[in-house]
Amino acid sequence: MSGADDIRFCAARRRALENLAGVALCVALPAAEAAPPPAKLPPQVGDLLATPSWDEQPRVIGPADVKAGAAPITVFPQDPTSGVTREKLRLNQILLVRLDPKALDSATAALSAEGIVAYAGTCTHTGCGVTDWNAQSRHFICPCHSSEFDPAKGAVRVAGPAPRPLPALPLKIEDGKLLVAGGFSARVGGAKPA
Amino acid sequence: MHRLLLPFLLVTAAVPAAEPATYTPITAQRLEQPEPGNWLMYRRTYDSQGYSPLDQINAGNVEKLVPLWTISTGMEEAHQAPPLVNDGMMFISTPRNQVLAIDARTGNIRWRYRRELPEDLFQLHPTNRGVALFGDRVYIATVDAFLVALDAKTGEVLWEQQVEDYLNGYYMTLAPLVVDGKVMVGTSGGELGVRGFIQAFDADSGKSLWKTFTVPAPGEPGSETWKGDTWKHGGVPVWMTGSYDPATKLSYWGTGNAGPWMADVRPGDNLYATSVIAVDVNTGAIKSHHQYHWNDAWDWDEVVAPILVDFKHDGRMVKGLIHEGRSGYLWMLERTDKGIGYLDAKPFVKQNVFTSIDAKTGRPSYDPVRIPHTGKRVEFCPSFWGGKDWPPSAYSPQTGYLYLPANENLCSALTGEPVKYVPGQLYMGVPIPKMEVFPTPEAKDHIGELQAWDLAAGKKVWTTTFKSHNWGPVLATGGGLVFSGGTNDRNFRAFDAKTGKILWQQRTNSGVVGIPVSYAIDGKQYIAVQSGWGVDAQRKQDFLDKAFGTKTNVPQGGVLWVFGLPGTTH
Repeated sequence: MSGADDIRFCAARRRALENLAGVALCVALPAAEAAPPPAKLPPQVGDLLATPSWDEQPRVIGPADVKAGAAPITVFPQDPTSGVTREKLRLNQILLVRLDPKALDSATAALSAEGIVAYAGTCTHTGCGVTDWNAQSRHFICPCHSSEFDPAKGAVRVAGPAPRPLPALPLKIEDGKLLVAGGFSARVGGAKPA
Repeated sequence: MHRLLLPFLLVTAAVPAAEPATYTPITAQRLEQPEPGNWLMYRRTYDSQGYSPLDQINAGNVEKLVPLWTISTGMEEAHQAPPLVNDGMMFISTPRNQVLAIDARTGNIRWRYRRELPEDLFQLHPTNRGVALFGDRVYIATVDAFLVALDAKTGEVLWEQQVEDYLNGYYMTLAPLVVDGKVMVGTSGGELGVRGFIQAFDADSGKSLWKTFTVPAPGEPGSETWKGDTWKHGGVPVWMTGSYDPATKLSYWGTGNAGPWMADVRPGDNLYATSVIAVDVNTGAIKSHHQYHWNDAWDWDEVVAPILVDFKHDGRMVKGLIHEGRSGYLWMLERTDKGIGYLDAKPFVKQNVFTSIDAKTGRPSYDPVRIPHTGKRVEFCPSFWGGKDWPPSAYSPQTGYLYLPANENLCSALTGEPVKYVPGQLYMGVPIPKMEVFPTPEAKDHIGELQAWDLAAGKKVWTTTFKSHNWGPVLATGGGLVFSGGTNDRNFRAFDAKTGKILWQQRTNSGVVGIPVSYAIDGKQYIAVQSGWGVDAQRKQDFLDKAFGTKTNVPQGGVLWVFGLPGTTH
């Protein structure tokens, strides 16, 4: 049963039964779910961005590491306090790329930092990792079904079967550090269940 | 699912049965010799024959067969699992690892288990091929790589054991194999850089008993067939249930492709990829093996377990192992005191890769221009989905025939590219857009086939053809019938076992990629199958529509169908 179903089911029971025990159980529902460990949390405001532990040289990525004209860098959010990279949630995979600030549409520019944009690296079609890059068109490409996304325009789909854009992740630069400025703009993940 | 809330959710979510739940426990003896009216494991018997001796429904009356009841499963994607039936209690599994317990006579739902899957689960095969039964428990292997034991009477979770970490590309779709109180499973993930294995767990406690990798580590037997670190993410998944020979306590498992797909990046034979391995169920030791083809480059998983059948070959009775290969070859092997021996191999579809097969060892030689390679586009036949994919064949001891669902007149091209291992990501070395499937001119006539092979004669005796490709698992019965679906017209059919003539068909809600079974209650015979198209059948349809310029609509959504002869109460 999905988490969402749990909650719906629970609310219906509460309304129908007005049952104290039922209420107690329903109220207990969120509490019963232990908070995920830091490595499984979604991006938090103020998180750093880092390459994962399986990278040849795991490291925090700063603004200067994201070079104009270079292919995207795959990163995960990192808790700045504990140094834990949140790489135990696949949906946290993020694509970082630097574009010409003048090429960004206004909505994308608002989420960017010095031309650096960030998007979920999980395709909205079947949940594959978006790992390919067309250097000419400057589009992300999913290797599974060739969905193509334009990072200058909110990662809108420009080709392929993906039903919606890649969710965007707002960025900011403070004290020379590249940081997460907010949550993903939409649900991350594919359209179909696993 | 929240452990604390489990009783609350199960009690309220289950539809209470009208009658008290009675349940006949499954014993080791019953698994070895199931009653004719029951279907207690994946292929009904340990020999994987997929044969029911029931004969009330037969070639003389099957035209009267009607649907008696149906159940919507509420799930999309591929419904491949056989309904298991134990003295009137039926169990089916569906995609997302849902399990339903059903009164096999009335169709009343007794309980339902739903699994909460991780939101970030990524795997390639949203399906499940069935549960296993032992004692008063139901076992399911999950796509997030857990083994779960349920109470057969209530659906309550008794224990769940993590088998592997799904974040590293491990997932499970097979029905477990239960032998002597051990529950055995294998892993999927041949496209995600796993190192394949078979693992056994104690049926009572869920404790791990042994784990046998299908890719040897350095120093282990067979490790000389891998170079450098290629073994670490060498694939060789085991995603189909093994067969078992109680006389020798050996289980026989088919293994999948080595990874990544391009063979040039992992030179060597790559044991135990694309093989059958004989595994001692007590220790997990690999006692013997036969590699169908070495250094696979075609994604020809040979993962269907061989059918154990005694037959006459060259004038003597042999304890056979029969495997219908994805390579398009029908392999005839032998169980001997010295291990697995080679008898013969015959192509059952057009195949242009093997140039010869060594008469003594069964080792094929390859046409070098048909071997996919990094940086090249290479064409070969049959397609990477093979002459036959996972849908199991059936063998009828009544006719001595093997019934084999095949796909003819299709070829493939693959273009290899370098690939880097990233945990849980595709590790194929062929971008999906560079995987091609194309028909030969003869495909205008047909693609799908149901073939019957006389094992003693070593030859094909009939072929029934379909315009559609065929993904239909097969059931053979003592009524002289063969049941199978698998085509994109949504039909489920009964064939005359001797001639292949279609005697009956029923159009269903979706494409039938489920394993059909037969069972009996109080002397009345039933046929049951799940209809629910998806996964590779759907993907291949998409490829074929592209090749033919067609648009085929096979709706998704699973339904269990139960058929019987009219005129008796149920």
